[in-house]
Amino acid sequence: MSTSELVKPLTEASQVSKTKPKRPLLSVHWQSFLLMLPTYIAIAIFVYGFISFTIWISLSNWRTLVRDMSLREPLLANYADLFAMPRWQADLRNTVVFTVFFMAMSFVLGLGLAILLDRKLFAGTVMRNIFLFPYALSFVVSGVAWRWIFNPEAGINVLFNILGINAALTALGVAPLQPGWATDPTVVLSLNHALAVIFPAVGKLQMQFGIPLAIVPVAIAAGWQLSGFVMAMYIGGMATISEEVREAARIDGATEWQVYRRVIIPMLAPVTISLTVLLLHTSLKIFDLVYTMTGTGPGFATDVPAIFVFEMMFKATRYNLASAAAIFMLIAVGCVIIPYLIGSFKESD
Amino acid sequence: MIAKQNTLPRKPVKISIGMVLIWIVLILALLFYLMPVYIMVVNGFKEATNVSLSTMWNLPDSVQGGGFAEAAARLWPNMKNSLLMVIPATIISSFLGALNGYLLSKWKFPGADILFLFLLFGFFIPYQAVLLPLVRFLQTIHLYGTIPGLILCHVIYGLPITTLMFRNYFAGVPNELIEAASVDGASMLGTFWKVMLPLSVPAFIVVGIFQFTNIWNDFLFGVTVVPNPAAQPVTIALNNLSGSFSVDWNVVMAGAVIAALPTALVYIFLGRYFVRGLLAGSVKG
Repeated sequence: MSTSELVKPLTEASQVSKTKPKRPLLSVHWQSFLLMLPTYIAIAIFVYGFISFTIWISLSNWRTLVRDMSLREPLLANYADLFAMPRWQADLRNTVVFTVFFMAMSFVLGLGLAILLDRKLFAGTVMRNIFLFPYALSFVVSGVAWRWIFNPEAGINVLFNILGINAALTALGVAPLQPGWATDPTVVLSLNHALAVIFPAVGKLQMQFGIPLAIVPVAIAAGWQLSGFVMAMYIGGMATISEEVREAARIDGATEWQVYRRVIIPMLAPVTISLTVLLLHTSLKIFDLVYTMTGTGPGFATDVPAIFVFEMMFKATRYNLASAAAIFMLIAVGCVIIPYLIGSFKESD
Repeated sequence: MIAKQNTLPRKPVKISIGMVLIWIVLILALLFYLMPVYIMVVNGFKEATNVSLSTMWNLPDSVQGGGFAEAAARLWPNMKNSLLMVIPATIISSFLGALNGYLLSKWKFPGADILFLFLLFGFFIPYQAVLLPLVRFLQTIHLYGTIPGLILCHVIYGLPITTLMFRNYFAGVPNELIEAASVDGASMLGTFWKVMLPLSVPAFIVVGIFQFTNIWNDFLFGVTVVPNPAAQPVTIALNNLSGSFSVDWNVVMAGAVIAALPTALVYIFLGRYFVRGLLAGSVKG
């Protein structure tokens, strides 16, 4: 596109508009496009250009402070190195376990509270605002607070003593509850032996495929912060369902519980889909909360891909490896987000 | 116990048992949601001499400054950095989002929808996938390690979401207003200035609060783009404070309260708009 081509319709438009109320379509389109051009250029460089650059680095030999952009042979060698690292394997396992716990907690609490608050209650609005409050806070702030709550010598464990739970357990001859929380390196329900039967290679792995106990407190903190958001979205969705729908169900003999199970919750399916996508993508990207609350944890029990990238990029200066991990994160997020974006776009047309 | 007392053979009783259960669950939930806030505030107010892990659930003996004086002294320069970053970044990204949203909702050109999808994807990407080139780029244009560099990042990566929010808002503004303005001879930008901007004050409040909260709470850009601790935003300073062994943890708790205060106040006083922004943007980065 030459400048003359772009400028001509613009001047035409300003002349025509004085005589005719409707301008020629082309000129209006060009004007609009030109005004958006700075945004498109910025996004083209800062998003797509930089991603392409990162992809290149992920295929390159650049593994020290000295820049080396030559491509490494074979082409995906950095990715192969990445997936062979026990730490990265642990990160993938942690992400799966974290996602399951975090999403289960967010949905149970969020939907549960939305249903409980879906009636006339004393101080209903105040409670709704309290439940959503954590969402307005920074992950760093909540990470700092939860770090002390799950400190094995403080927080919850002290509360067990104060509430007399441990005294009761000791009286019954059971060991008192003093979990190590995020300091506990135990991985329970390890699947390694079972998997090794099918894939003998698994037997050689150093990483335990199971549930690292240390990630559970982190998932609780994340659920605390985001379940209010789930609640707010469901309350917003419920507000669009008319009272007649509920009445009709009640007349058909449905109990209060059945009204929710059979009518309201199925009608909220679009909200549930959006929330699933948004929470899943948050959990794939989770960084600040884990970084401030537990860091990488004992034996990388709370390490996540975002922390891996950060440390490899800015501490270990393993740029090619860090970039490969970052591109893997991007692909994972893309698999979740792109179908959702395309789907919601088709709907709105 | 309470539920049993209410089990009288009368009709409304069944409802009240349900209500008692609802209230028990709600009160437990309230305790859970307020617990971290309680821990932060209560221990922030304790003096260094009587702060201990075993008494962390107790109220402070006396309400004096506690850890707040030291936390404020340590965090104030970083609070200032955060303010200097968040105010321009919020204003610029909201304004550009308003212009883009106006163009995309009222002057859609062929292919605008596809381009918008590419634009919107930029909001969801893990920023780890752009950080290395971003840092190199900022070094080249001499904005690395500076507040203007952070503002640039937040403006550009904020464009997709502010554009989306304004696009949806302006879609609800009747097209007749645009047509009337163009009959009067107003240009595309003229209509934006004279007709659309005055109409979009509510949208600016919603988008502004959304951006203010997101940018204030950011950690990743702050920690990677600004290596010098004195120039870092407050979220990074709080993390450093929390990891430092030379600081008592009542100071850390007070620091967490201070760092949370601006977004908490916005939430408390403008919560209605905050919720609207959530429903309109429905994403947290």
